[in-house]
Amino acid sequence: MSIVADFLGKNARENVESAIAKAREHESFNAILSLSEVRALERADKVDAGEITGRLAGVPFIAKDNFLTFGSPTTAASTFLQGFEAPLQSTAIEKLEAEGAICIGKANLDAFAHGGSTENSAYGPTKNAFDETKVAGGSSGGSAVVVALDIVPFALGTDTGGSIRQPASFNGVVGVKPTYGTVSRYGVVAMASSTDTIGVLASNVTDAELVMDIMSGQDGKDMTTLPDFFTPMSLDRPLRIGIISESMTDDVDVAVRNNVNQSIASLRSAGHVIEEVSLPILKYVLAMYYIIVPAEISSNLARYDGIRYGKRADAQSLSEVYGASRDAGFVAENKRRIMIGSYVLSSGFFDAYYMQAQKARTLLIEALDTLFSTYDVLVMPTAPTPAFTLGENTDDPVKMYLADIMTVPASLAGMPALSVPAGKTETGLPVGVQLIGQRQSDALLLALAKQMEGNA
Amino acid sequence: MTQITSDDVQHLAQLSSLQLTSGEASSLRDDLQNIIGYIEQLSELDTTGVEPTYQVTGLQNVWRADTVDTYGADKEALLALAPDAEAGQIKVPKVL
Repeated sequence: MSIVADFLGKNARENVESAIAKAREHESFNAILSLSEVRALERADKVDAGEITGRLAGVPFIAKDNFLTFGSPTTAASTFLQGFEAPLQSTAIEKLEAEGAICIGKANLDAFAHGGSTENSAYGPTKNAFDETKVAGGSSGGSAVVVALDIVPFALGTDTGGSIRQPASFNGVVGVKPTYGTVSRYGVVAMASSTDTIGVLASNVTDAELVMDIMSGQDGKDMTTLPDFFTPMSLDRPLRIGIISESMTDDVDVAVRNNVNQSIASLRSAGHVIEEVSLPILKYVLAMYYIIVPAEISSNLARYDGIRYGKRADAQSLSEVYGASRDAGFVAENKRRIMIGSYVLSSGFFDAYYMQAQKARTLLIEALDTLFSTYDVLVMPTAPTPAFTLGENTDDPVKMYLADIMTVPASLAGMPALSVPAGKTETGLPVGVQLIGQRQSDALLLALAKQMEGNA
Repeated sequence: MTQITSDDVQHLAQLSSLQLTSGEASSLRDDLQNIIGYIEQLSELDTTGVEPTYQVTGLQNVWRADTVDTYGADKEALLALAPDAEAGQIKVPKVL
């Protein structure tokens, strides 16, 4: 199934040239913000000369534009960082480059990764790979579309509340969010530090697994990384799998439920034990998430002040420089989240919102831990709907947030989760099924996903 | 339900170091009202006696050696990123 294998051993320059040509053919999708052609070709020539070797030698990829990379700007899809040339590369990029992979460019996202449709990009929305009137999903929308369009075999994304899994679902590709702490976040634009993770979008599970294997491991530059626990494996036993019944109610699109039910049926015929389980606290997860994450955003984005890097607005006093630079550099959704964060953290409201959300998070984790004492894997849809229409939810932030309900639980609990394609709607839009595992069971989830892909 | 006023929006903007244009302040007021109206439902959940979870790794006090580390970026490259710099320093408008 591996597509990466097709690139290995081929002429690296041709791999890169062909990927860049495809990127240019598909410009109308607005999935790519910049190409690093010069640097990519230099690296390709070194691979062809045998100076760079490794498990991904000569394989082109694209990184979401919130990874610091050499060769083209890193903007986080904001005007704040327009033209920002990174002085260093993120650890994830360095690890992939050490294995010979070649970054050919940067993918579009919601500005600062705030959003679920890529419509919050300061450079315009990315269009769905299957229907240009639909959203790509987000925030890693560009990364999902470049894989779905076969421009590159894999792309990097970040997932804070579903930003890898949901666009993977909307574009029919595999999307992996690892256990919190699996992959170093050094050199990646921070959003919400207690749930930010780095993962991969790929056309198949085998390639996603290889990329995760390369990127995972402890990094002295990110003190939240865990000692490397990730070892790829195959399934040698039937699993106990719980289907979260609250995720399969009438509120969920019928085509999504039908496709997920088909995946469940195949899991059953593969010999796994399937049971319905209940997670009543699911109805509160978005309220938790949209307190905790804006709180962390308001803190993390305080660094964008127009002083040390990025765009500085022209103003007289220092406080006016801050205010005007931040006004010009952030999109509306960035401002909403920063201000909600300021609200829930302000004195008088702290206990009612932030503290209450962190306590509720404990209850969510306890509920999930209880399920994982019986089940190996939990299954639910990746998103309650297929890709929605461009512009459909942009006037209603709360409606946009509701699309995250399936992906947020694993994020708040630091648990691994992935989305694998689960068929299409009658109108041809992809649907994804989500597998969630206990912390550090990433290899098991991928093993199950490989089996599902083989049986599909 | 909590009512968010225009004054609240201005106060939050100030806390957030955000200068807002007047048209934006009004649409932000509506958005913040709706978002806060939504997240308020969390008060229904009984969390008596529950400890908060701030992080999920369980890692504590991860130390590194107390030595200079440039983290792969040199001083000149970092200064070059600043909108205004002079004599090895970042230049800012008058503070006081």
